[in-house]
Amino acid sequence: MSVIEVENLSKNFGDVKALDSISFSVNRGELFGLIGPDGAGKTTLFRLLTTLLNPDEGRASVDGFDIVKEYRSIRSRVGYMPGRFSLYPDLTVEENLSFFAALFGVTIKESYDLFAPIYKKIEPFSTRRAAHLSGGMKQKLALSCALIHRPSVLFLDEPTTGIDAVSRVELWDMLAGLKEQGITILVSTPYMDEASRCDRIALCNEGRILGIDNPREILKRFDSKLYAVGADNMYALIRAARQIDGVIECYPFGEKHHIVATDEFNVETFKEQLKDLKGLSIEPVQPVIEDVFIKLMKR
Amino acid sequence: MSDVVISVRELTKKFGNFTAVERISFDVYQGEIFGFIGANGAGKTTAMRMLCGLSYPTSGRGTVAGFDVMSEGEKIKRHIGYMSQRFSLYNDLTVWENINLFAGIYGLSKNETDKRGTELLSKLKFSSERNTLVGSLPLGWKQKLAFSIATVHRPEIVFLDEPTGGVDPLTRRQFWEMIYEAAADGTTIFVTTHYMDEAEYCSRVAIMVDGRVDALDSPAKLKQEFRADSMDEVFRTLARDAKRGD
Repeated sequence: MSVIEVENLSKNFGDVKALDSISFSVNRGELFGLIGPDGAGKTTLFRLLTTLLNPDEGRASVDGFDIVKEYRSIRSRVGYMPGRFSLYPDLTVEENLSFFAALFGVTIKESYDLFAPIYKKIEPFSTRRAAHLSGGMKQKLALSCALIHRPSVLFLDEPTTGIDAVSRVELWDMLAGLKEQGITILVSTPYMDEASRCDRIALCNEGRILGIDNPREILKRFDSKLYAVGADNMYALIRAARQIDGVIECYPFGEKHHIVATDEFNVETFKEQLKDLKGLSIEPVQPVIEDVFIKLMKR
Repeated sequence: MSDVVISVRELTKKFGNFTAVERISFDVYQGEIFGFIGANGAGKTTAMRMLCGLSYPTSGRGTVAGFDVMSEGEKIKRHIGYMSQRFSLYNDLTVWENINLFAGIYGLSKNETDKRGTELLSKLKFSSERNTLVGSLPLGWKQKLAFSIATVHRPEIVFLDEPTGGVDPLTRRQFWEMIYEAAADGTTIFVTTHYMDEAEYCSRVAIMVDGRVDALDSPAKLKQEFRADSMDEVFRTLARDAKRGD
């Protein structure tokens, strides 16, 4: 059963189409990722679904309630962690938690079991002001506050932006724990490598959805040959490779470059034609989400 | 080995009792893309501020672009380029006004500014956007423009502080291609990021943990040394023992 349903949803800001008729649905208990760069419309979508903005066209519902007509019912059922730190810096950890509990008319006790695994890590600092917490601790507090009223759906807007690699893994582990407790989670990220932590993902760009699927299936949408190439002079390589027959594209990809090629592309011919480049190497590789994203963007 | 553009030994910065950067030593060579990574609070920003001439070290010695990090901060500032994601260009100035402003700050004459500014725009195929407000450009264009402006005075070395956050994968790759091109032309690139996939693009990477440089090598060798598949894994292995948070 769908907990979030979005149909042809559009939102414009002046001439900018922040969301351009998007549709998707999220099942109960699913960890669903919106993956895309700045300007994809991720934050606008969160603000529509949490009833902070009204759409220009289309409709959407959360937990069975319409985002325009029944916004009050939605507000008491969802937890929302916006991209920017949104707690009160001059209240302590504990005061922030009590404040949000009071807002929703609940007690900390009622939902303690739900957020305890997260909150326990910052409980020793319960009398510290939020302003003086580290980035990772602020996030744990924000997440605890977003869970205080036992929401059925949790919205997290770019929770891993600006935090280091260790904290990122920790955050995804916390989300996996919440999913175990049956909470439906919609989370956005600009980092493509985080896709594998989601049940399903939507790749988003410039207000549109390029594709929706589970992380493994979406890789199958990459339907060309793909190679990783390297040489001592990587810049000379990228320029030379683009001139070779059968090369559709060549772009930097970490230590190597990736070549997207037609079926006619021949590795031996490629090597022969570029034999003047020192340290030349080429091997077939499996695409990752970024390759798929680039490919879908170009369509 | 090629020319050394940055050379530091035992560079240390203390704030009161807190040692933000502790005796770091390394060399960066001409035309190299040198990655500088670390967890939040590891001391990256403090280290970079010393290398950019924005803050004097408490102790240690070294040179950047031939100038002494202990005493010639002002000269260093004029001979380097700097770009960050948070601050790069003024949104409420036009493309040309930004070029003019930064060229002036870097000490170019009016004639040089006109000549190099025009070249820069034509190379980016931006000539028609000369009078466009920077704020109305797409993020990817802004980043390319910011990089070009950061190198308008042909510095030996450019510091990029988390340069490519938030852009789509295609634009990010176009940006890295620009960096490769600049490096191939002999410009040294010093880039900080805490996203490990970016570290894979670098010739060599220094990893900071708790104020020290704990590892320094090419991504391939680091992965080999730590028996890891990715720089992300290398980093997490090192950062797991970090005592500091941000």
